[in-house]
Amino acid sequence: MSSVFTIAGYGFREAVRRKVFAVVVLLTAAFLALFWLANHYVFTRLSTISPPADVHVDTRTFAGAFLLGLAMFATLFLGVVLAVFLTLGVVTGDAERGLLQPLVVRPIGRSTLLLSRFLGAAAVCIVYVLAVYGIALAIIDLTGHWLPPSKVAPGLELAGGVVIVIALSILGSVVLSSTANGIAVFMLFGAGLTAGLLGTIGHALNSHSIEHASKVAAWALPFEALYQDGLRLISSDASGLTGFLLQLGPFGGAYVHGWGIRVWSAGYLCVALALALLAFSRRDL
Amino acid sequence: MAHALAVHALEKRYGSVEALKGVDLAVEEGELVGLLGPNGAGKSTLVKIAVGLVRATRGRAEVVGARAGSRAARAELGYLAELFRFPGWYTADEVLALHQRLTHSTGGAAERKRLLERVALADASDRRVDGMSKGMQQRLGIAQALIGSPRVLVLDEPTSALDPAGRRVVRVLLEELRSHGASVLLNSHLLSEIELVCDRVAILRAGEVVAAGSPAELSRPRGVELETDEGVRTVEGATREDAARLVAEAVAAGRRVYGVRVLTSTLEDTYLEAVGDEVS
Repeated sequence: MSSVFTIAGYGFREAVRRKVFAVVVLLTAAFLALFWLANHYVFTRLSTISPPADVHVDTRTFAGAFLLGLAMFATLFLGVVLAVFLTLGVVTGDAERGLLQPLVVRPIGRSTLLLSRFLGAAAVCIVYVLAVYGIALAIIDLTGHWLPPSKVAPGLELAGGVVIVIALSILGSVVLSSTANGIAVFMLFGAGLTAGLLGTIGHALNSHSIEHASKVAAWALPFEALYQDGLRLISSDASGLTGFLLQLGPFGGAYVHGWGIRVWSAGYLCVALALALLAFSRRDL
Repeated sequence: MAHALAVHALEKRYGSVEALKGVDLAVEEGELVGLLGPNGAGKSTLVKIAVGLVRATRGRAEVVGARAGSRAARAELGYLAELFRFPGWYTADEVLALHQRLTHSTGGAAERKRLLERVALADASDRRVDGMSKGMQQRLGIAQALIGSPRVLVLDEPTSALDPAGRRVVRVLLEELRSHGASVLLNSHLLSEIELVCDRVAILRAGEVVAAGSPAELSRPRGVELETDEGVRTVEGATREDAARLVAEAVAAGRRVYGVRVLTSTLEDTYLEAVGDEVS
């Protein structure tokens, strides 16, 4: 067990020393500052919005859920950037640079080494995602006096989505070079987001084929499904026209959700890690 | 009793390329064995299989009786890779501390200090890796390999980045290790280094062992050179045992003898004969 902590600590130290970590922190600070500004102006002018008398829209809920959805997207995106750059070269990249060989020959086992690197990266990314999500939530609360009905679960689901991306990136790092792996994981991430938006379009157009394609993609790439479920949770008390409008927006519509996808995601994570361990155990270095 | 390190009928294939074609080699307890051969001969592949970085296609490799690559085998090993790097932000002391934790070494600060002294890095314990020269990093790599006093040491090109003074440090260290009973497999291009420190040498060519033995066994007699008042002449085929007789015959013939020298081929000659004209 001490070897796990040693390697996880090694990975953690490596992570926070990388320039990408500083870049992500700076981008995050810039995003949060802009996000605060946006919230300030939106909620200040909320009272000036006056929908027609026969249209019942809860403007505060609509604005809050929409802005928090935006924050969740940014958090997921930045979290994935961090996750990919921390893990894209864990095996092939580190082996090419000669960093891996002195560690692999030690009596800790390849599986311990890989799982420890996963845990190190996951620890950094989970803390990051929860911190950014928490700050975004606090900004909305302070500026708009609005909080979603479910506060913790969406953050956990975002973190879960990023952890799945870490597992996929580590799996890719066993068989692909760093550059190829980075491109592959970002393309998967992009494909997931596109499929999610496609589902929203399918819902708006009442196209069952598009909705079905989106659902298949969500099961195949469950980080997207977890993100969608998180979006669903922050607007689960919005009903009527408010809920309908949120569903139609880019941050609405979870067509795969609930405990089914959470359990599936946990299993998916385990399978991705098991495949990574199997491939690493057979890999010549 | 198990060999310190042994490979039997070892084969390795990379696609259509046969890197090793049934190699047999053993390193006994307390023995220092040198591995020679041109580039692409399969030396690094053999070393990597022995330490568990590469899987053999056929045959087997063992470290102190345990399958190469197994946890038990790795617990007995110290390894310096041909191409390696330590994280640049670690100090020399931190690198060794990390590997102490991974090997469960209980040597603590005293072991780290002793190892850094042995590789002439005593003054660099707080220096970060990215501030070290290539030679210093290589010596740090050797210190890392020695953590926990492993029974078997596998060194892949340990002096490739070292200057003559650094090479001497490593040579003295290897002699010291041998005197303490450590078993070492040394892969090097430097024939003089191998000749000076190794008990036995194996020469690989195209994935096969083409010559093996002690440096003395591999060095064959080339005759005796006699310097007299008639000049210098070489008696081909004569050996050390013939030297006294040849001197006596020359004196009996009225010649003045100024010197006599037994000629043997060097390891370099043997190596070049074994590998042909392949460029190393």
